[in-house]
Amino acid sequence: MPRTLREVVFVDGVRTPFGKSGDKGMYAHTRADDLVINCIRELLRRHPELPPDRVEEVALAATTQIGDQGLTLGRVASLLAGLPNTTPGYSIDRMCAGAMTAVTNVASAIAFGSTQIAIAGGVEHMGRHPMGESVDPNPRIFSEKIVDPSALVMGATAENLHDRFPGLTKERCDAYAVASQSKLDKAYAEGRITPDLVTVATRHAELGYGLATRDEPPRPGTTLENIAGLKTPFRSHGNVTAGNSAGLTDGATACIIASADAAAELGLPVRMRLAAYSFVGVEPEVMGIGPVPATEKALTQAGLTIEDIGLFELNEAFAVQVLAFLDHFGIADDDPRVNRYGGAIATGHPLASSGVRLMTQLARQFEENPDVRYGLTAMCIGIGMGGAVIWENPHHSDYGKELASTTHTTQGAVA
Amino acid sequence: MGINTTNTDASTIDAEKMDTETMDFGALFPDEVITKALARDIALPGGAGTFVLITLDNGFDHTKPNTFGPASLAGLSGVLDTLLDRAEAGEIVGVGVTGKPFIFAVGADLTGVPKVTQREQALAIGALGHKTFEQLRTLPVPTFAFVNGAAMGGGVEIALSAAYRSISAGVPALALPECFLGLLPGWGGCFMLPNLIGVTSALKVIIENPLNTNRMLKGPQAFELGIADAMFEPAMFLEDSLSWAAGVITGKTVVARPEIDRDQAAWEGAIAAAKRIVKAKTGGAAPAPLRALELVSAARTASRTEAYAAEDKALADLLLCDETRSNLYAFDLVQKRAKRPAGAPDRSLARPVTKVGIVGAGLMASQLALLFVQRLEVPIVMTDLDQGRVDTGVGYVHAEIDKLLGRGRVSTDRANRLKGLVQGSTSKDDFADADFVIEAVFEEIGVKKQVFAEVEAVVSAGCVLATNTSSLSITEMAADLKNPERVVGFHFFNPVAVMPLLEIIRGDKTDDATLATAFATGKTLKKTSILAKDSPSFIANRLLGRFMGEVGRIVDEGTPLDIADHAFAGFAPMPPFELLGLVGPAIALHNNESLLRAFPDRFYVSDGLRRLVAAGKPGFYIYPEGKPVLDPEVAALMETPAHPVVLDSAQVREQVLAALAQEAQLMLDEGVVAAPMDIDLALITGAGFAFWNGGLTPLLDRSGISEKVNGKRFLPRGA
Repeated sequence: MPRTLREVVFVDGVRTPFGKSGDKGMYAHTRADDLVINCIRELLRRHPELPPDRVEEVALAATTQIGDQGLTLGRVASLLAGLPNTTPGYSIDRMCAGAMTAVTNVASAIAFGSTQIAIAGGVEHMGRHPMGESVDPNPRIFSEKIVDPSALVMGATAENLHDRFPGLTKERCDAYAVASQSKLDKAYAEGRITPDLVTVATRHAELGYGLATRDEPPRPGTTLENIAGLKTPFRSHGNVTAGNSAGLTDGATACIIASADAAAELGLPVRMRLAAYSFVGVEPEVMGIGPVPATEKALTQAGLTIEDIGLFELNEAFAVQVLAFLDHFGIADDDPRVNRYGGAIATGHPLASSGVRLMTQLARQFEENPDVRYGLTAMCIGIGMGGAVIWENPHHSDYGKELASTTHTTQGAVA
Repeated sequence: MGINTTNTDASTIDAEKMDTETMDFGALFPDEVITKALARDIALPGGAGTFVLITLDNGFDHTKPNTFGPASLAGLSGVLDTLLDRAEAGEIVGVGVTGKPFIFAVGADLTGVPKVTQREQALAIGALGHKTFEQLRTLPVPTFAFVNGAAMGGGVEIALSAAYRSISAGVPALALPECFLGLLPGWGGCFMLPNLIGVTSALKVIIENPLNTNRMLKGPQAFELGIADAMFEPAMFLEDSLSWAAGVITGKTVVARPEIDRDQAAWEGAIAAAKRIVKAKTGGAAPAPLRALELVSAARTASRTEAYAAEDKALADLLLCDETRSNLYAFDLVQKRAKRPAGAPDRSLARPVTKVGIVGAGLMASQLALLFVQRLEVPIVMTDLDQGRVDTGVGYVHAEIDKLLGRGRVSTDRANRLKGLVQGSTSKDDFADADFVIEAVFEEIGVKKQVFAEVEAVVSAGCVLATNTSSLSITEMAADLKNPERVVGFHFFNPVAVMPLLEIIRGDKTDDATLATAFATGKTLKKTSILAKDSPSFIANRLLGRFMGEVGRIVDEGTPLDIADHAFAGFAPMPPFELLGLVGPAIALHNNESLLRAFPDRFYVSDGLRRLVAAGKPGFYIYPEGKPVLDPEVAALMETPAHPVVLDSAQVREQVLAALAQEAQLMLDEGVVAAPMDIDLALITGAGFAFWNGGLTPLLDRSGISEKVNGKRFLPRGA
């Protein structure tokens, strides 16, 4: 029987306000699963045109899948969010690109025809689940030098990137970080962030209930002078500081991914079309370079070049890793196409949830920029990987012109 | 107490002199678990402004709910003082109150109530709640209650004091249970609820539900009645509530409430209807619901100030009255003593029960099978002499399970499982791997001994042999067995599914492991287990036997039956001769005869009862129009004595209560039970005796009968 590939679209995405990890953070006493449950419920609330029983998959990512991030989170959070028990779910781990992988996984299932509508997202409560909790690295990793020991410490890999590209100076990184803070502040002021946030009731045993309505990590007004003297915890006299990297963060994201047909049938908004995606591996000790080959591969698949990309949403695990990407593609550090709303240096980076934040923000920027045809979401991934997803803007005048040729039938491919 | 009263109109409420400032509540509530009022500023969604959310939290998990003692209220009051200042300064746009996870607040801390001895103390307790809740109500910004979990009594009243309420669809219980406890909703409930939702709905919450075994509302029912203005799913209840509150504050959301019917005739009609319910349920013997009705009646026209003063007065009267003390004592028994039976061995000694044998397949055996299979979920084997009886017994259990299925009480899977677990046999060989065998055969010692001998030949050495006998000796039943230590009395009350009481009787040789297994099984069966000594008719039936015998004697001696029957309004769950019909005259006769054999000097078997049983009559009364009328055929059986002694109702009551006081004291002297509390708990849970009498002994104490008969009280003052 001939197989029809289906176009996959991004319908909507939301996230919780991000919180600082640790005892003083706003989510210190809030469960991780509750964060992502709020995201799922908010998506359903915003889209009454989507009958809950039409959600055929819930894929949720978490890097540390134990405790309140364990128990097959995708399934359990789905039940707790009030989806019918006929909706299956599963958990995903690809470190920082967990939610991004959740999106590409369900997108692939939709393209294949297995499902039509899915929820994808991620959560990381780095306060309740510090990086490296309960890990048990195989000793062969070290005895056989499978990876450089520094590859397991993300900050150390960022320092390694400075070694590889001496042109990436601490001053450039700090300047990039300051800009990230001010761009987020501006985006908040212009009302571009809050519409995609879902509020979270934050119980605290001693303080009572609060309500999270805004990100906690941002430091608006940060100047170069503020961060110039910060400690370099990963290397003495190094380059990577708390000022030019994303801090430890608690937060969750989720989005609705659907086939173009199902979106049309139910009247779901189409905010982006998935054009291509790619995950690649690189040397683990310079994992920050991962988005470069990932993007090149995705561009090739999409038949595009970097010049076709009008908007970039790059995860800012470390400023140096974004700058390595920009240098590679010959893009200026302050190019206005890059991270218009600021990035993870300002918002924080709750590992496995960040991918959908990039997509949600890109979708909003697409609406604001109908002249842009394609956008990129990309991120570096621990243990030496990169992920890139290219999206097409449905508001662009040429949108859909080539779709007739991209939706095609392959015959006997698996015969 | 640091209460600032200057800013609230509640400060005018002091119809009687009271002083919450100087009242030493610490002596009454020395161990108060303080519910803190944790106030936090919240930026409302949509830029609606700064809102203060108060979380009520006593620092424990949901198993220890939030309550309002004096220190808790003082803390809340202090927070509300600050909020008044902030509201007047224009710093905040609204104030909300919510609870800790799963619990909003379950009302006043009652631990200090038994220590209240002075009227000023009682008045101050009511006034303190009123004043504090008025501080919330009179804040000059919109006020909200977000009822996130269980809410009772004062918890409901603080919510009613807010201008707007939301409720979680997951709230398991919302109630004003005060009338059940012998109190009334005296922190504004009697006034505010009828004025909010109308008198009929309010009376359902204030009167009907509490008197209906303390029934409670679930979140959606409370919302349906209009107690809350909005309902949200539990998953994001607080987020949704705050967003709704933002809408109310900005005017985007308009809260509409239906106009209530204030017509005087309709209002008083509802009061009259509720009064009939009260009379039917309590015989007028419980003062609290009647006082509550007066307040609800007045709520139609009273000002808030008048209404709160009346609530304070009524609450003070009740806090000091015997019925309320007894009621709280009884509540404590069923809440606490029932869960930790006195004299039960350590639970760790209990052996697992993985299969149960039931000897007999008659009605009692079948009821036991139904209960055991539902609660223990283990295989149940019922045996009887022939296949026909076995099939009838198993068929009964299966049919009862099908009824549950038909009513949606169990799923198809569960019905299949339960039915599959219940099997019948004509051979006791099927008991071989049972851990617990209970007999429910004919009440005759020889038959029982033979049954146990047959069972012992089949079962393992550790198998418990339990008997549901109501009157025979456990020790004697075990005497000839190889392992008499495994025999225990396990006495249920009819109807088995409804009555909570389970008397567990230790024979002379019963060992701790057997007894522990019996108590553990009783707990799994969700029964109120009470340990009794092996003695004639054990606890409840001995006292009921004395009661019925005494009443029978009085009637035999010439007092008309209806006078005797009317002597016990508010004492027995129903008039004694009606009760007799329910129990069954033959069973009552058998009980009285065996007690007479054991204690010929005190017990009595009525000739009238003998004739009734001989004639095969089912009771003294017939019910031609639903109301009891003495059966003329029974009346013809009664003989008038040559020298009739006619007592009035008061004399009947006095004479019978004196007999009961004597019997209860003898039972304590003989060690039948560990303490008077077990007698009261047994009569409440096994015979439906009233909370407001504390079962039996508090009534005997407060009416002076204990001292007159026994020269001493059963319980210290306070109950």
